[in-house]
Amino acid sequence: MRVETQVFEGGFSDSVLNAQNVFRALMDAMANPGRIVDVSDLTTPPAPLTPLAASIAATLFDHDATVWCDRAISGSAAAVGWLKFHTGLELTGDTAEADFALISDVNAMPSLESFCRGTAEYPDRSTTLILQIDSFDGADVLTLEGPGIKETQSFSPSHLPRMFRDQWAANRAAFPRGVDLVFAAKGALAALPRTTRITKTEA
Amino acid sequence: MTDLATYNFAYLDEQTKRMIRRAILKAIAIPGYQVPFASREMPMPYGWGTGGVQVTAAVLGPDDTLKVIDQGADDTTNAVSIRAFFQKVANVRVTTKTSEATIIQTRHRIPEMQLQAGQTLVYQVPIPEPLRFLEPRETETRKMHALEEYGLMHVKLYEDIARHGHIATTYAYPVKVEGRYVMDPSPTPKFDNPKMHMSPALQLFGAGREKRIYAIPPYTEVVSLDFEDHPFEIQTFSQPCALCGAKGSYLDEVILDDKGGSMFVCSDTDFCEDRQAKGHRGALAPEAGTAEAAE
Repeated sequence: MRVETQVFEGGFSDSVLNAQNVFRALMDAMANPGRIVDVSDLTTPPAPLTPLAASIAATLFDHDATVWCDRAISGSAAAVGWLKFHTGLELTGDTAEADFALISDVNAMPSLESFCRGTAEYPDRSTTLILQIDSFDGADVLTLEGPGIKETQSFSPSHLPRMFRDQWAANRAAFPRGVDLVFAAKGALAALPRTTRITKTEA
Repeated sequence: MTDLATYNFAYLDEQTKRMIRRAILKAIAIPGYQVPFASREMPMPYGWGTGGVQVTAAVLGPDDTLKVIDQGADDTTNAVSIRAFFQKVANVRVTTKTSEATIIQTRHRIPEMQLQAGQTLVYQVPIPEPLRFLEPRETETRKMHALEEYGLMHVKLYEDIARHGHIATTYAYPVKVEGRYVMDPSPTPKFDNPKMHMSPALQLFGAGREKRIYAIPPYTEVVSLDFEDHPFEIQTFSQPCALCGAKGSYLDEVILDDKGGSMFVCSDTDFCEDRQAKGHRGALAPEAGTAEAAE
């Protein structure tokens, strides 16, 4: 397919209600950390963007959102073109000034520490990372606790950033500063806000 | 639907919704922290719930069922107007039944009925900053929150005790969320504070004039500030509801005549009507069946 066609096609078919639908899934996920929320495919973006990550982008990004994309996405003219055409986002090459980060290769991503954690006065001015993964039946099972979780919640994404437990403990220790994670798999998403504690890891 | 063509779904434009939605996600991630947002003018004056209305508009979808209460009642001006507004601009189902609602917008009460997981409670907030009457400068209150410097609030509660013998704050009683941020629960009576603690429902707060959004996720620790020797207590009432006979619900005083006569009735109208429908009767309630006969 020609690059132009890939760029202009594949957005939300109903921009108002599709965005509402995806946002409610995100809100549900953020309010209930580790809960897997199903979302049907509403966009058909060019690779390496996945339909769900692209739907989240179309729901949250606009000219007021500064977004950092990893090399696989920023290296694809079609993917960058799609994001620009459908959201009007502001791209940045600096992880520390990004409102959002869009990551397709979780194994090769920069450390959580390199993203913006906000300031003590404005901890909301921090990066929300959107991680594209395959599924939520990975080998490692994390046990989660914290606000939004009644007792405990098990969580096993197929991909996690390297040394994730240590990185997450450091992120948790900086509270209220910190980054928040959204995991976008095929047809389902889940979130880890900065308040969530990982109490156990089983392989 | 044809006469709605001039409005976007739920009134707000999509860019505004995205901005509010981003703020809501941050608010949930940092429980009790006030996220600044670019509050819009709404077709109602500040103080009528513009913050709550904007939050509801950003969250609401066609599958939702909306309930709106004003001081616990579904049938007062503010509640009726906001419910009619969303019926007009979003064409959503509305209800007065707490159990049927997916989103409940409230002005200054939390329903008596235990909220369920999956429900969202949206508060209309006039002054989101709990420290505002103690320190008027926003730069200073920001710093106090950043440094977790809440001594001033305890001094205020202590001065209550020194002057009145007990903590005299009865509404907008400050709470600490998840052991970190001191938060204003909006001017709900302190009677409702314990309901916020470990609630299965998501609680969102919108302050339109003050341009702040904050949130409490489900199952989050919400503790009312107090002292060891003056523990937090809720209001108690000496008599049950005059209509449904409920003990332990929050009551409003209704003046009956100009000779000092009054009755106390549940402030939560849905709770009271539900109890009456189940046959509970208070001292001043009509006999079962007579109300229907009169209609």
